[in-house]
Amino acid sequence: MTEPAKPVFSRLGAAVTGGGLLSLLRTRTIVALIILLFALVAGIELTRPGTVNALWASNMLLFAAPLGIVAAGQTLVMLTGGIDLSVASVATASAYLMATHSGLGVAPAIFYGLGVGFVVGIINGIGVALLRVQPLVMTLGTGLMTEGLLVVYSQKKMAEAPRVPQFIEDLGAGKFLGGIPNDLIVWVPIAIILIFVLRRTGYGRLIYAVGDNSKACSLAGIRVWRILLVNYVTCGLLAAAAGLIIVGGTDSAELRLAEVYLLPSVAAVIIGGTSIFGGRGGYSGTIIGALILTVLNSILTLLDVPESVRQILYGAIILVLAAAYTRLTD
Amino acid sequence: MTTSSEGKSSVTAVPASSNMRLAKRLRRWLRRDPSLFFMPALLIVSLAITVAVHPQFSDFDLQSLAMGALPLAFAAAAQTLVVISGGIDLSIGSVMAVTNVLAASAMEKASFEQSLLLAVAVLVAGAVIGALNGLIVIISRIPDVVATLTTGFIWGGVALVILEKPGGGAPQEFLNLGTGTLFTPWLPNALVLLVVAVCVIWIPLRRSKLGLQLYAIGSDRIAAFRSGVNIDRTRFGAYIFSGLFSAVGGLGLTMTTGIGAPLAGVYYTLSGLAAVVVGGVSLAGGRGGMLGPLMAAFVLTLIPTDLIFLNIDPNFGQVIQGTLIVVIVMIGGFMDMERNRK
Amino acid sequence: MGLPISMSEATFLLEARDVAKRFDSVVALKAASLQVRPGEVHGLMGSNGAGKSTLVKIITGVFPADGGQIFIKSAVRSFRSPAEARRAGIVSVYQDPALVPDLTVSQNMRLAGAPVEAVRKWLAKLGVTRLDFSLLVRDLPDPTLRLIDLARALAWEPAVLLLDEITASLPADLSEQIYGMVKHWRDRGNAVIFISHRMAEVSALCDRATVLRDGVTAGVTERAHGSEERIVALMLGAETARAVASVPSTRTSRSRPADAQPALEVRGLRCSPQVNDVSLKLYPGEVLGVAALEGQGQEELFNCIAGSRRYDEGAIFAHGKELRLRHPADAIASGIVLVPANRLLALLQQRPIPENIALPAFGGIRNWGPIRMRTERKRVESAIGRLQIDTRAGSELRRLSGGNQQKVVIARWLASGFDILLCFDPTRGIDIGTKRQIYALVREIAAEGSAVLLFTSELPEIALACDRAIVLFGGRVVAEMPVSEADEATLLRSAHGLAPSVQGSP
Repeated sequence: MTEPAKPVFSRLGAAVTGGGLLSLLRTRTIVALIILLFALVAGIELTRPGTVNALWASNMLLFAAPLGIVAAGQTLVMLTGGIDLSVASVATASAYLMATHSGLGVAPAIFYGLGVGFVVGIINGIGVALLRVQPLVMTLGTGLMTEGLLVVYSQKKMAEAPRVPQFIEDLGAGKFLGGIPNDLIVWVPIAIILIFVLRRTGYGRLIYAVGDNSKACSLAGIRVWRILLVNYVTCGLLAAAAGLIIVGGTDSAELRLAEVYLLPSVAAVIIGGTSIFGGRGGYSGTIIGALILTVLNSILTLLDVPESVRQILYGAIILVLAAAYTRLTD
Repeated sequence: MTTSSEGKSSVTAVPASSNMRLAKRLRRWLRRDPSLFFMPALLIVSLAITVAVHPQFSDFDLQSLAMGALPLAFAAAAQTLVVISGGIDLSIGSVMAVTNVLAASAMEKASFEQSLLLAVAVLVAGAVIGALNGLIVIISRIPDVVATLTTGFIWGGVALVILEKPGGGAPQEFLNLGTGTLFTPWLPNALVLLVVAVCVIWIPLRRSKLGLQLYAIGSDRIAAFRSGVNIDRTRFGAYIFSGLFSAVGGLGLTMTTGIGAPLAGVYYTLSGLAAVVVGGVSLAGGRGGMLGPLMAAFVLTLIPTDLIFLNIDPNFGQVIQGTLIVVIVMIGGFMDMERNRK
Repeated sequence: MGLPISMSEATFLLEARDVAKRFDSVVALKAASLQVRPGEVHGLMGSNGAGKSTLVKIITGVFPADGGQIFIKSAVRSFRSPAEARRAGIVSVYQDPALVPDLTVSQNMRLAGAPVEAVRKWLAKLGVTRLDFSLLVRDLPDPTLRLIDLARALAWEPAVLLLDEITASLPADLSEQIYGMVKHWRDRGNAVIFISHRMAEVSALCDRATVLRDGVTAGVTERAHGSEERIVALMLGAETARAVASVPSTRTSRSRPADAQPALEVRGLRCSPQVNDVSLKLYPGEVLGVAALEGQGQEELFNCIAGSRRYDEGAIFAHGKELRLRHPADAIASGIVLVPANRLLALLQQRPIPENIALPAFGGIRNWGPIRMRTERKRVESAIGRLQIDTRAGSELRRLSGGNQQKVVIARWLASGFDILLCFDPTRGIDIGTKRQIYALVREIAAEGSAVLLFTSELPEIALACDRAIVLFGGRVVAEMPVSEADEATLLRSAHGLAPSVQGSP
């Protein structure tokens, strides 16, 4: 399904003259999202001149990276028609486990953190792939389970204070070359690999196929459970990785660390053009979606409104964006 | 030589004789709603375990149980309604929080009579919020999972606007409606409140045409549409009633805790959904009733209670709840697979 | 029954004039017209994609038209819901009964506002006399539900009764009941719009027929000698009709060497309760037809051989080797592939055609890696070309017509290769032109050396495509014959269980 490559300007021109932004949104969704992103950035600059500069941009990328990584796993899962409500708990638990094992050295600590993601991912995968449980309910349960286990674990471990190793701190909060956030070292390769996998590999094809019609896949000789299992494990690992980066950025492993990432991870995927029913969409849209949400968050912070009003506005804007998306891509 | 009538598919059903009728009805009932047998059994077992663990189980303990389970039961009721109609509502907890803080802040300095009027106003507010939820879900055409997740987020913010921190209050007589025992020591007010509220709202609804339409669109949307059901209007109705039940839950929270807490929401959304699943209502819609989830709410509340009696860290309660959901749905999924082996 | 052709408008019960409808960029209807008089059965014909179902949905209020007008007894009307159309006297009955599975029959009646006593009366006239209305709809057999749906429609006393493919996959005796009811309703002065792909039904039942092609009305025919061919010509357009007519309509069976090994052998298969004891042999290069009434075990049989259903007893052999089938992948690995009746089951609606065709290539884990795009494109294009799939409709599969979608399913297997092709009712609900293409293709595939097992619910078509035929009844093979003996009458008798047991050597 390749369209002939046209110069950007003539495409934009066609969009302006023939149907405007809306039809552009439908046919070349990524371009429209990027336009929206730039519109938001321009808005910031107009209302608070001087805000938008290299430092600001690099901070945006810094904050967007963990969301982008959580949303990566969520994209995979939603492409197969599922959803993963345990990502927040997994991210938090992974960060906490890494922090409490930091005494063993950085690499083992990271291993423990990612291990959480792996274990929860396998449980989710067994439930959804092998036992055909609805993903919403399954991940809801594992999310609650993980959160609860974490609370109990944290109380047992009261004696040893969790400590965030310097490496993780650097990864999560540091920058190199005078401004490029370190966490991009994790995000960019993940993004490249994911986009390649989705577009150009058999596994990627199967994700779309399973999301579209898993019964048809079975009849065509595909063992659907393998795809789903690998998918949920991957999502768990990605959520765990994101947790490690988040904690690097905040420097203390709290028990509600990643709670704020659940809704935005789903929102980034929806805004990015992936249908919650599966079979359609991709990660490039999610990336822009994550960036849009991060910029949005910073706008709301700049507006200096109380947390409650911020929550309302954030939710309302997500609604509007998601509604626009659903209407146009149906 | 076989007769040609065997080639015809059977189109008539043999009427049951009156002897077989009762047994047949019972079997049909059980097949339609297996939770009808399973849930009471689970509840009785949980109660038995509780009494075994804590032999001094008194009427006061029963009161605490009822008070603890009351808000969760209403959250479960609200969710059951929406689930039966084939949807889901992830904003129930937030609506409970909003109505809770609304009531607590308005009733803080009110008299008993005023508080009753305010309660009615809060119920209306709940229905209005539910209507807004429904409008957003339907008009935006966003799948209800995402839409209600987002509106829940928004309503959470609204609750914070009304009450930044837990606070507020209500006149003692109002609180007594949900606490204490009015009739006999072994009949907690909370339980009476639950039964009355559910009967007043659910039973007429279930018998009405709207109730039938709710089940219809949950069971087969296309067939319902072709049978003349207005799908959007019915879904709208489901969300209004969900808002109403959530408001009752919010009032219940006010009565049993005495204050308004803006952050209580998330817990009740997820636990309410858990109660629905554990209570045997299929998330696919079209089937099931209130009884299962209500009983499940009590079972889920008994878990941390039993843990406290056993001197185990009550935080394990959430672990057990989550594990319970996971195990139950996995077993359910496994049994479905065995049934559909062919 | 014949009314004079020139009538003033005022006597039309229903008229559609120049109705147009588009969905995004797809034009479903350009200028469709329909005129239905009282006291007639009016057929509505057209290939898939011609706009029939869109016109029906506009008439019955599912969505409004973009252009043109609908007249009910000369008054312009536009319906916003099926309920509104029903109040104006237009009721439709579809192939899938409009009954909610988790409610009882009486609850369904209440839901739709249907008069229960009237429904009972009509059910009795349709031959259903003692139905317990407190049964759940999902516990009742499909034919019963169809009759309930029809009875409910009749209970509303519609001036225009619209029947959309309701005899599809119905046993012959129930179809007869329905024909009788249709005529009865017409004789009371009402109109019946009858949609069907079965030419025999249409020519037997309809007084007139309107043919749609590419979103416009191609013509209206009266019942007369030769009207069948006229209808086909109108549906296909003159050129295609000529090309299609040249396909030979009878087969002569070919001889086979005496010691040939069957490509597929089934021995004593039992899959209760539908399949009781089926044995058959399928040889390379032949097309074996399976004929059966509804529900005689044919669907379960095919699913068992294709590996998507477990069986209790028996054995299945491919080229002499016994197979252990636990998943369709096992069958596919042995060269057995299935084209199911329900295309929706087999296709990825949101994905483009090439992805649909290439799907089986990713079955094994070793194929999860990077795709060799050039190889894939070549294979896919050659399959598309061979089947002449019309790819104009765009990049999403759901925009294709039913016939083209079915071709995509077959193309998938052509591209990935197979030995034994199982076709379960491949031409159900497909227009005549595509039907004949598919049968020609089946013949070609057999000629190339593969073996084909073909089930069709339309008995006359057994003779079109098969070398041999077996008849299933009560989950058993009750007759077997070469195609020269497989005329409709013989097949029908065996299908009803009237013929003596299996003749000749198995």
